[in-house]
Order: sequence, then C-alpha cells, then structure tokens
Amino acid sequence: MSNRLINILVPVVSIIVGLLVGAVVMLVSGYDPILGYTALWNGIFGDSYSIGNTIRQITPYILAGLAVAFAFRTGLFNIGVEGQLLMGWLAAAWVGYAVELPRIIHLPLAIIAAAVAGGLWAFLVGFLKARLNVHEVISSIMLNYTALYITNAIIKSLSDGGFKTETVLASATLRAQWLRDLTDNSSLHLGIIIALLMVIVMWFLLEKTTRGYELKAVGFNQNAAEYAGMSVKKNIILAMTISGMFAGLAGAMEALGTFQNASIKAGFTGVGFDGIAVALLGANTPLGVVFGATLFGSLKYGALNMPNAAGIPEEMVSIIIALIIFFVACGYVIRLALSKFGSKKEGK
Amino acid sequence: MEYVIEMLGIRKEFGNFVANNNITLQLKKGEIHALLGENGAGKSTLMNVLFGLYQPEAGEIRVNGKEVKIANPNVANDLGIGMVHQHFMLVENFTVTENIILGSEPTKFGTVNIKQAAKKVQELSTRYNLDVDPYAKIEDISVGMQQRVEILKTLYRGAEMLIFDEPTASLTPQEIEELIQIMRLLIKEGKSIIIITHKLKEIMEVSDRVTIIRKGEGIGTVVTADTNPNELAELMVGRQVEFKTEKTDATPGEDVLLVEGLTVADYRGIDKVVNLNLNVRRGEIVGIAGIDGNGQSELIEAITGLRKVKSGSIKLNGKDITGLKPRQITESGVGHIPEDRHKHGLVLDFPIGHNIALQTYYKEPISKGFLMDYSKVNEKARQVIEEFDVRTGHGEMTPARALSGGNQQKAIIGREVDRDPELLIAALPTRGLDVGAIEFIHSRLIEQRDKGKAVLLISFELDEVMNVSDRIAVIYDGQIVDTVYPKLTNEQELGLLMAGEKRQTTTLNKGGND
Repeated sequence: MSNRLINILVPVVSIIVGLLVGAVVMLVSGYDPILGYTALWNGIFGDSYSIGNTIRQITPYILAGLAVAFAFRTGLFNIGVEGQLLMGWLAAAWVGYAVELPRIIHLPLAIIAAAVAGGLWAFLVGFLKARLNVHEVISSIMLNYTALYITNAIIKSLSDGGFKTETVLASATLRAQWLRDLTDNSSLHLGIIIALLMVIVMWFLLEKTTRGYELKAVGFNQNAAEYAGMSVKKNIILAMTISGMFAGLAGAMEALGTFQNASIKAGFTGVGFDGIAVALLGANTPLGVVFGATLFGSLKYGALNMPNAAGIPEEMVSIIIALIIFFVACGYVIRLALSKFGSKKEGK
Repeated sequence: MEYVIEMLGIRKEFGNFVANNNITLQLKKGEIHALLGENGAGKSTLMNVLFGLYQPEAGEIRVNGKEVKIANPNVANDLGIGMVHQHFMLVENFTVTENIILGSEPTKFGTVNIKQAAKKVQELSTRYNLDVDPYAKIEDISVGMQQRVEILKTLYRGAEMLIFDEPTASLTPQEIEELIQIMRLLIKEGKSIIIITHKLKEIMEVSDRVTIIRKGEGIGTVVTADTNPNELAELMVGRQVEFKTEKTDATPGEDVLLVEGLTVADYRGIDKVVNLNLNVRRGEIVGIAGIDGNGQSELIEAITGLRKVKSGSIKLNGKDITGLKPRQITESGVGHIPEDRHKHGLVLDFPIGHNIALQTYYKEPISKGFLMDYSKVNEKARQVIEEFDVRTGHGEMTPARALSGGNQQKAIIGREVDRDPELLIAALPTRGLDVGAIEFIHSRLIEQRDKGKAVLLISFELDEVMNVSDRIAVIYDGQIVDTVYPKLTNEQELGLLMAGEKRQTTTLNKGGND
C-alpha cells in the first residue's frame, strides 16, 4: 500500500472505527444507533440552518487550534489559550459597545482589541519563561483562572452588577444579514473569513518569513539557534504573544459574532482546551487545524440534535463524540494496522 | 579451534536496501575479535542480528557449535551474549546496582532485594578490577565509569561473549587505556569479545583477529599480527588512504586571533579558563591539545560569544570582539564548527538545506527583507552539498537527522567555510567519523590555511593534532602550558604536557617560525 493512500485512509478508517464503537455503546445502552447517527448527520448537514450553525461552531475552534499549533511549532505548549480567549472576548465586547465609530473602523478596531488583549495575556507567559525560566504550562494555567475571575469582575462592574455587558453596536458586529438570509436565519457570521485568513497568516509567517525560520529553529533546537546568533528569549516571547493573539481572535468571534456581548461565566468555555486536541489532530499544520476544527465543531454542534431527534441523553452523546475523537487521535494504531494488512497482502 | 559464535552467510535487508550480504564472522573462545567497517557499512546491523533485534533473511547463527534462532535480546542473554552499547542504556537518577538489576530484580517477600544485588555487583566489580561503587548514582559518575556499569550489567547476567559497540567513542585517552586493560582481564577470565570500531590504532593494539565489512559485504577476516593499519584501511575503504595528511610548511602572517589574559567561568561559576594567552596567525593551523574538560569548550564558547568573558580580551584582526554577541562575532569573520554537531551545529528536524542557511538566513540573497527566499536557500544548499560531497538521500530536502555523522559534519563545514571566514574554529571536527571522512575534513582545513586563513583546531586525538597542526598549544587546567611544533615533539612529550607535567627542557623559541 502506498504511503499516500495510507495517509488518506488513516483518518477515514479512524472515524469509521470511532463510529462503530460509538454504535456499540448505544446498542449496549439500549438506544438505536441508526437513529442516533441519523440525528447527528441531520444536526450537522440536515439543512442550511444546521450547516450555518455548524460553520459558526467551527470558527473559534480554528483560531484556538491555530493558537495551540503555532506554539507547538515554536517549541512551546500554550495551555493558556482559554484565558487568552476570555481576555480577547471581553476586549472585543467592550470596544464593540463603548465606542462609536463608522463600521469600517469600528469592526476592525474591536477585532484588533481582542488580538491585543489575548496577545498581552500570553506575553506575560512568554516573558516569565524567557526572563525567569517559569515553565509556560504552570504560568498559563494560573493565568487561565486569573483571566476567568478578572473578566467576571470587570463584566460585573461594567454592567453595574449585572451578568453581561451591553450588546455590541451594529457597527462592530460580525453578523451579516446576507449570511443569515443564506442560511435560514442561523447565527453564521463573518468570523469564518477571519479564521481562514488567519490560517493563511500562520502558514505565511512560518513558511515564508525569516522570522518564521527563526521561530521554528528556536522551537526545535535552542542551542543551535543561539549558536546561529538568534535571540532565544526574544523569540520565545514573540512566539507566545502571536499564539495569544490567535486565541484573542477566537474570543472576538464569540463577542462580535455568536453572542454579541460578554457575560459572566461559571467556568471555562472549553474552547481553549479543545484547541489542544484540534491542533494535535491537525498535526500542528495550518491546514490540518482546519480539518481538526471541522471535525470537532461538526460533532459538537451536530450532537445537540441527538437528544431531541433520537432521545439519546446528552451524557451518552458526549461519550460517543469523545470516542470518535479518541479513535481519530489514535491514528497511529490504525496506521500500523493498515500497513501490516497492506504488507501481508503484498506478501501473497 | 573451537568457535563460540559463528555467523555464517548472514543477509539482512531493509526494503530494497541490503544492509548485510553474505557476511561471515567466527568468534574463537578467548579472543578479542574486531569488526571493522566505515560508518554505515553494516556493523551495527550485523550485531543487532546477533543480539536478536533483527531477524536475518538468510544465513545461520551457531553458538558453541549448535545452530540457534535468536528471536529477541532475551534469547541472546540466555545464550550468554551481552552487548555494551555505544549510547549507554542507563537510568540517570538510579544507582549503579538499580541499573544493573533493572529487568531481572531479585526479590524478597515481594520487595527488591537491593542488598543482595549490590553484594553481587561488588564481587563482580572486584573480580574484574572495575572499581565501581554499587551505590553511586549514574548521574554522578564519569562516562568511563558508566561504561563499566554497562560491562557489569552484561557480566551480572552471566554473559560469556561480550559485544562492545564503538566503546572508545566518548572516552578520554586514559579511559581508553583502562578499558583495554579491562578487556584483557575479561579474556583471561575466559570471556570472548567482539569489538566494533573504525579506529585502526585500537584494533592493532587490542585485537587478535579482524573481520572487515565494506558497504554491507563481508570482505574477509585477517589475523591482526599479520597485517598493518594501511592494509586494514584499504580493505575497509576499498582504496588507498593517506594517513599522513600531505601539506606544505606553513608561512604564517600577522595575528588573526589574539587572546590575552582570558578568564572564563563555567555554568557553576568555577573558572575553567584562567588567564589564558593564545594567538593564531594568518596561514597557520594551531592545534589545541588537551584532555577533555581542561577548558577547551569554555575557551571556544568565549571566543564565539556563547559564554561570558570574565576578564581579558579577544581580538580579531586587531579589532576587539570581547563580549560581543554571537552574530556580531560571526559577522566579523569567525567560522565555527561546534564540538557537538547535534546540540549546536544542526537543527536536526530541519531539512539539511535549511541547516546550510543557518548562519546566513537573514541576509541577501537568502532572504529579502523579512521574506525568506527558499529557492535561493535550496540553490545554495545544492552548491554546498555538491562541493563538500555531502551524501544525502533526497538532496537538500533530506532531514538533517537522517544523514550519517560524517555527512552532517561535512554539511556544517561546508556552511562555515562557504562564508569565507578569516578565522575557522574547528572543535573535534572528526569525532566519531571514519577514516575516509577524516581525510576529507583534514584536507579542507589545510585548504583554508593555504588560502591564508587562520585555523584553530581543538582535538582530543593526539594523531589529529600532530598531523594537521602547524603549531600545538597544550591546554591544561585552563591555561596554555606550552606551545610546541609537531616536527620537534612526539606523542610521549605531548602526553606528559597534557597531563600537567612541565617540560624538562625547552628547546623552542616560542612564537617564532619553524
């Protein structure tokens, strides 16, 4: 079996195996897997409304995945995407309602505010690592909690004791009527364009610029980078900041697109953590992240239809979704099985 | 004569690649048998077949006359075959005893009986004169001592036949001498040894017979006493090899590098280079001879800006470069072949082509402004690969990791020489390489000298220092204790100087021309 064929087959077979195991779980628990998967399918692709909302769901996953993947590519583990996303969310929401400007300036300004807020939050992590040798996992986990409670406190004071900020102005929203018309009034917004643009930005930065060359060199081998006269510290701080900017943009998608405000949260959104899985599924490449995010976002959104349409409880749905992702993440095992199978056939 | 191990007509393939073809190796009881071949000739593959890590496609293995099938290393262990790996397989923060018993722990009421094991280790250590402390932690003991732990590990498991894979690669000359004594003692106690190496001098000194393989083919077996290094090298490489590098006398010009009163501390703050003086002139190769750990690394790191200078000055062509950043020093005309090519010299996960751009990526024509021009990167890489005979699988896109050590080193040298530096620093440039690659690298260093550049060579190998240098500065305890000329000295004298013994008579007019 050729390598190319295996590369295409691995994710396909992984998903099928995941679906099969999920079906077994449903059968054992007394639910109809065909009904369940039909509901999942319809939840994702059933009509233009579902497709619109699925794409909306994918958007922040792409950006969160890019944030994690970018950090991985430069030798860092950004587990603080969640916190950076929350900071970006609040910054975009605040700029979105607090200032009045023409749309052509206001919307970009609100988006940039989110990137800056996320970037600054991650800069702290990079700075601590470069200057004081604090491991980025520890500092970014702590900064996740800090971000959660700081944003909650700020939202409370901005809304005079309420639980959400004012709705963003029409000049700062990512929503567009033509997109809603196209998708039967779904909450699809322009954010997907920004997300895909950022996919290109990450690719360009890493593969085409001298800075990208440096960032990758530092990520792979700090000693060799130092030998070649690169500043390891500067590159660590920069890599972390750029990663945080992607995360901040994911927050902007929620603030200006999906929710139109920032609200007090009891806990983390989970998007930042799922970003880790998205990045790993996508092998830390920009295009891979798009596929990873598509899988994640589709399953997450489509699964919402399973309790209603097939009577499968939400907890069960979570287990099935987790199983599918588990098998995709186990691609290595599938690859091994496929190549063994292939070589046996050739042997005959 | 009785054979303890016979490998007859062994063939091993990896896909379409034949790593071993019809190789026969017969180990007599009580002999030291050398397995000689260039890097990539298939020595390790053959030994991995014997150790049960690979299954051969053809051929048979006999142990003590009986045909055996070695399915995995446990079978090899049971047959009394032990392997001392080149890269030690030790758990750093375990003790010697814990490492030795790993995988076959003696138990007492379900708990590991360390005391009993340590006692046995101590006994073995005394019997074979290994001088190992059973309770010492691996991270606290020297490389030479760690190797003895590996030897103990095989003895503890009852090995009768020991395979040493490149055992001297990371040892100092003293440790090598001690290892040879240990091997002789093992033979005396009735063990048999296979030693894998490409160092001809050691083979001549230690082995009884030599089996040579070249490009996966068995060339034959010769009795060491009936051969000489030249013949062995020819058998190994397949052509005549020059040991004495041909070169004309140096005609040194003015100072290119001038180091005065240099003091450098290591990472713990201990001074490793103390008030050191050194000069390298245009058109000469200065060799720094010394035992590992006498301040060589710190000296180079200080010159290249990778380590802080405590006091003193470093001048390049009269310009003070003390305390400048690595890039500023590189730009002022210093080329650096680092001692550890994996740690400093290469980004192993980059294609080899991107590695060749490592020192020039920020300059035209490799990049324009903030944009890399990867077509130019690859163009430059192809030129260097061609010029320096770097053998790659897939041209400039081959991952650096996939290249053999010799080819990685050639790529580094190509990168540094291509920038046409005024001063070329070559730290252990031939470490772990075979004679063919060594010959190539030496001739390149001399070529730089002949072009009027200054070359600073750091080496632990006396042969290399004697052969290549025009002037030898002996470093001991962070100071240059003497400067000698290769033509007017010998290995004994150098050895004494390196060990810190002052020379009895000084016949040289220091700093003058020879």
